[in-house]
Parts: sequence; structure tokens; C-alpha cells
Amino acid sequence: MTLVETHPGQAFIITEIADDFARLQAIRFGIAEGARAICQAIVPGGPVVVRKGKQEMALGRNLANRIQVKPVEA
Amino acid sequence: MSHTCCEVVQERVQEGDRKVVLAGNPNVGKSAVFHALTGVYVEVTNYPGTSAFNDEERVAREVILAADVVINVVDSAHLDRDLFLTLQLIDMGHPVVVALNMMDEAKANGLAIDVKQLSDILGVEVVPTIAVKNQGIDTLKAALDRARPGRRTEAIVRRLPAGIESPSDALMVLEEDEEICQQYSTARGGQREEVYRLRRERADEIINQVVSETNSGATFAVKLSRFSLHPLGGLVLLLAFLALMYQVMGVWLAQDVVGITEEWAFGEHITPWIVGNVSRLISPESFIGQLLIGEFGLLTMTLAYLFGLLLPLVVGFYMVLAFMEDSGYLPRVAVLVDRLMIKVGLNGRAIIPMILGFGCVTMATMTTRLMGTKRERTIATFLLSLAIPCSAQIAVIATMLAPLGIGYTALFVGFLFVIYGVTGMVMNKVLPGESSDLLIDLPPLRLPRLVNVLQKTFLKSKSFLTEAGGIFALGSVVVAALNAWGVLDMLQSGLAPITERWLGLPRETANAFIMGFVRRDFGAAGLYDLNLSSHETMVALMTITLFVPCIASIMIILKERGKKEGWVIWVVDLALAIFLGGVIHRLMFWA
Ligand SMILES: Nc1nc2c(ncn2[C@@H]2O[C@H](COP(=O)(O)OP(=O)(O)OP(=O)(O)O)[C@@H](O)[C@H]2O)c(=O)[nH]1
Repeated sequence: MTLVETHPGQAFIITEIADDFARLQAIRFGIAEGARAICQAIVPGGPVVVRKGKQEMALGRNLANRIQVKPVEA
Repeated sequence: MSHTCCEVVQERVQEGDRKVVLAGNPNVGKSAVFHALTGVYVEVTNYPGTSAFNDEERVAREVILAADVVINVVDSAHLDRDLFLTLQLIDMGHPVVVALNMMDEAKANGLAIDVKQLSDILGVEVVPTIAVKNQGIDTLKAALDRARPGRRTEAIVRRLPAGIESPSDALMVLEEDEEICQQYSTARGGQREEVYRLRRERADEIINQVVSETNSGATFAVKLSRFSLHPLGGLVLLLAFLALMYQVMGVWLAQDVVGITEEWAFGEHITPWIVGNVSRLISPESFIGQLLIGEFGLLTMTLAYLFGLLLPLVVGFYMVLAFMEDSGYLPRVAVLVDRLMIKVGLNGRAIIPMILGFGCVTMATMTTRLMGTKRERTIATFLLSLAIPCSAQIAVIATMLAPLGIGYTALFVGFLFVIYGVTGMVMNKVLPGESSDLLIDLPPLRLPRLVNVLQKTFLKSKSFLTEAGGIFALGSVVVAALNAWGVLDMLQSGLAPITERWLGLPRETANAFIMGFVRRDFGAAGLYDLNLSSHETMVALMTITLFVPCIASIMIILKERGKKEGWVIWVVDLALAIFLGGVIHRLMFWA
């Protein structure tokens, strides 16, 4: 499923980021492919906020649509 | 402020012959460390990034490259994020000292860091600090003398291109930095992502070795952060915040404080005093006299405008902004408005220059540097110059609209909003290319410290004065000269047909429009004495608001966007303002 389809509180592993620029930035911030993260909030019609450990990062909806995740147990 | 955000504070100085630079991710405490290190002069820069992702980062990179010693400030509570940058700096081969800042927060969050081991692994000095309490700063100072290049990431070193002597250049070629690649006329090797991955892996490995977590409960800040992004709670918080900001900026500063500084201090005392003294030496009617103490003179208008009007507003604005930055709230606002900004071809991050624009468009235009693409910078710059009235203007507009009743104020805001939206959407459609998606890291929410806010405000206000002050002075000299040669009068009568025929305004309003070039609020202020009807007031105010920004901001636009694009923005803006003013004039007869 895509990042947009998660819901707040859900844990997942990021499996694919289909955007070159975003993939690089995500590596910089430590929320890259393979990382385990939690959906922190979704602004209706807007960005998705994910959290990994203490780090929060917001991704525009367009981008979130291009990010594949695999849900895991919290 | 965040990656999101803005400024590269530059305090360029040297310690002895060494140039020390502070580098770190947004909100890690660079300014705080900077001020704690009194006596050691350094330059502060946000995110360097060997390969720059926007204009702001390009500036930062230049600064880093010129440094002799880099103090890498990291947030101990976000070491996993920040270590990537640390490794990047070390891979560049620079002598580095790591300031492990915010140790208090790391502790509060239940994190323990093995500093000695971290230092061994990195091969550079690592000094734990709590900058706001001045802890560890002496050790940090002492460690500067032991700054040395650290242990580079082996897997990356192995990939470095041969034949490039400077290690930082070699790394940048490997990381596909456009400029540096061109310099060595090598093609991009397509290895950037691989390099990033290797570095990320090493960072994660190091974290596993040196950081241990003792608890992981949700702190108050985490809960508040969740609330600030809640669909309803976030909106309430945002509205409350905007109301507060309007109170501080729009009412308190723009009216009360400026009333004292500009009208009383300059208007009644300083300017008359200067004019009195200077006119004893130079005749006010002479050319030089007009340049110095005439209506648009350097010692009269420029001084009063810069220090009586602009400075209080800019200081106030930077204070509010520093508050927002330090609290970590600004990136959250960007998240909340992202959806709207996408419609005009921008992303949430563009809210920062837009907010700034209500303070001073000149200042805001400079911060468009933080945006991802050229296309976004063009859109933002144009929208700023077209539909965002600066605080000086807002003050005058508010005073003129107030007597006409709330209906007119609502109509005015409504018109601006629609024009902003429609123009943005059109630009989004017609400009080639694509805008970038929102992607920002959200720093933790925390209560800002007053000292830090004040220090930042001071630094930025100072750099604003030096950047915009000279330009403004130059602009005034030009206008004063035109005035002295009678060119202004000629322009006024030349413009009259447009004002009368198309806008339906009295001939004299042309006067106000020309003044608007000099000072946006001047233009509006020039309408005061004309006894306009409600209808005319509305049309005139709309036109003036949409009208080209003041001279200082035109110059900044030319500087930031280049001559060609700058002039296009200027001319289109002017034409649109007049066109829309006439349209509104006609629309209001229907209503
Ligand atoms: N608890 C704690 N807070 C700190 C420490 N150092 C800085 N702060 C606070 O963290 C916030 C950000 O600090 P700044 O010094 O503005 O950070 P910066 O890196 O200069 O931020 P930008 O210029 O916006 O990138 C401020 O509210 C500081 O008061 C510290 O060691 N401990």
C-alpha cells in the first residue's frame, strides 16, 4: 500500500520511494527505504507526517502517493 | 528554521587567521552555540550538503568550503538524523569538531550517548554541550585547536574519482554536484544515491553502537506536536496564532510603535533638526540640497523611512519569526497550508516568504531562496510583488478602509485573495516545469528562549539593513534627482489619462501612484488628502496594493531573479495592477 493509505498510529516499513530527489532527502534524514516508521498524522487532502524514533518528517501528498509501505505490528 | 527554512545567518569574521564556520541542521542550536562562543567569531550556516539542493544550500556550501575549521553542531536527541551531515563533513576532509548539543534534551528523552566511543569512531573531537546554559562551551573552545580531519567512510573513499587533488572537490564530483562537475568537466557518475546509502548505513551502525535508549514514552512535546497537526486542533492553533500575529504586527507595531518612531521622533524632531542644520550650510533649493534634504532626500526621507518606519517593522517581524523558528512551529504551518499552496504551484514551504511579505516584501523576496526550483522562486516572487501588501501599506490601508465599514474591508481582502489565487493558478499552468513536493523535517516543539530570539533578531535586522539599506538609499537618490530635474511632474501629467479614463479616479491620484514606487505606503498615504468617495478609495487602494513594489524591492527582485526575469515581473505586475484596478472599478458598479 502507499503511505497515503496508512492511518495515524500505524507502524510500517518503507519499501519504495519512487522519487529520486525525495529518496536522497529521505536518506539524509534517516527515514529511507527499509526504515521502520510510524504514521504520525495525515492532514486531510494534504501531507502525511511520519515519525521514526524522535524524528518527524512531513511529505506532500503527491509524494506520499509514490511511497510504498508494508504495515507491521506496532 | 527548518530545512524548510530560511536564512543563512552570516557573521563573517575570523579568529586569528582561522575562519571558523558553524554548520548543522536546522534548529540544532547553531545560533545558541554561536553566541555562547563569544570572542570566537564564526559564521553560522544551515545545512551545507556537499551537493546543494536549493539556492540557500548553495550559499551555505560556499561558506563551508572556505572554512578552516568547521564546528558541526548536532542535536543529541536527533543524532540519527544529524550524524549523516557529520559524516558528510568528515568525508569532505575538513578539520571538524562536533558539538553534541542539547544534551539536556537527550537526557530528558531517555537517551544515553557514549561520547568517548563516538569520538573514537569519528576520529574527531566530540564535545557534549548545552549551549543555552553555556555548558561545555569552554571545552568546545579548547577543542578548536585540536580540530582535525576525521575518519572518512572507507567505502566512499574507495569510490572517489582519481586525479582530483582536493578531497572536498573529489567528494562533490562523486556526489554529482553540478558546478563542481562542470569545473572538472567530468560527467555525473550516477553514484550519488549509492554514496548516500553507504553513509546512511554507517551512521545507523554508529548509532547502534553509541546510543542507548532508556525509555520511549511520549513526552509533552510529542503530544503537542500531534495536536498541532490534528485536522481540527491544528486549525484552531493556526488561527489563534495568526490572530496573535496580527495583533503584534498589524496593530501594535505598525500603528503604535511606528506612530512614535516615525511620526513623533522623525517627523517632529529628528528630520526638522537635520533640515534646519543642513540648510544653514547648503541651500535646500540647490541640487545637492534636494538630494540631501529635499522631499526624497537621503537625510530626510531615506533616514526616516529606514529607521523610523522599516526598522521597527522589520525588527518586530524578525522577532516573531525567530519565535516561530525556535519553537519549531513554522514547519508545521507549512504542513497545514501545503494543500492550498500546491494550487498556486508552490508547496507549503512557500508560506514562509509569504508570511514575511506581510512584513516587508523586500525581505521576503530574499527568502525565496529556500525554495526547491527556479519555477517556484519565480511564482513566489511575482505573487509577493503583486498581491501581498507589506506592513507599512497595511497600516495605511486599514486606516482608510476602516471608516467605510467592515463590508469594504471584507471585499478588499476577498479581491486580494482571489487575485492571488487566480494569478498563482495561471502561473502554475503556463510556466514550464514542475514544482517540488513538500518534504521537510519537523523539529521538536519547544519553548523558545528569549535571549536566543533577541540575538537572532539583532543579527538578521542588521543584515537586512546592510542588504536593503544601500539599495534603498540609491533608489532615493535616483528619485530625488528625477524630481529635481522635473521628470516626476512630467510623468504625473503623462499618466493622468490612465487614472481618469480607465480607473475613474481624479487626475491627482497619479501623484500617489508615482509615490508608490518610492514607498509602497507613501502611495497609499498620498490618497489620504484627496477626498475620494468609497468607490474611488476602493479602486485606488486595490490598484496601489497590486502596484509594483517599492524601489528597494524592485532592486532586490532584479538582484535575486536576474535582470531579464526581474524586468518582466516588474512590467507584468504594473500592467496587471492597472488592468485589474479598472476591472474592479467596473465590477463594483454591478455589486
Ligand atoms: N534545551 C536546550 N535547548 C537548546 C540548546 N541549544 C539551543 N536550544 C534551543 O533550541 C532552539 C533552536 O536553537 P537555535 O540556536 O536557534 O538553532 P539554530 O540551529 O541556530 O536554528 P536555525 O538558525 O533556525 O537553523 C532555541 O529555542 C534554543 O533556545 C540546548 O543545549 N538545550
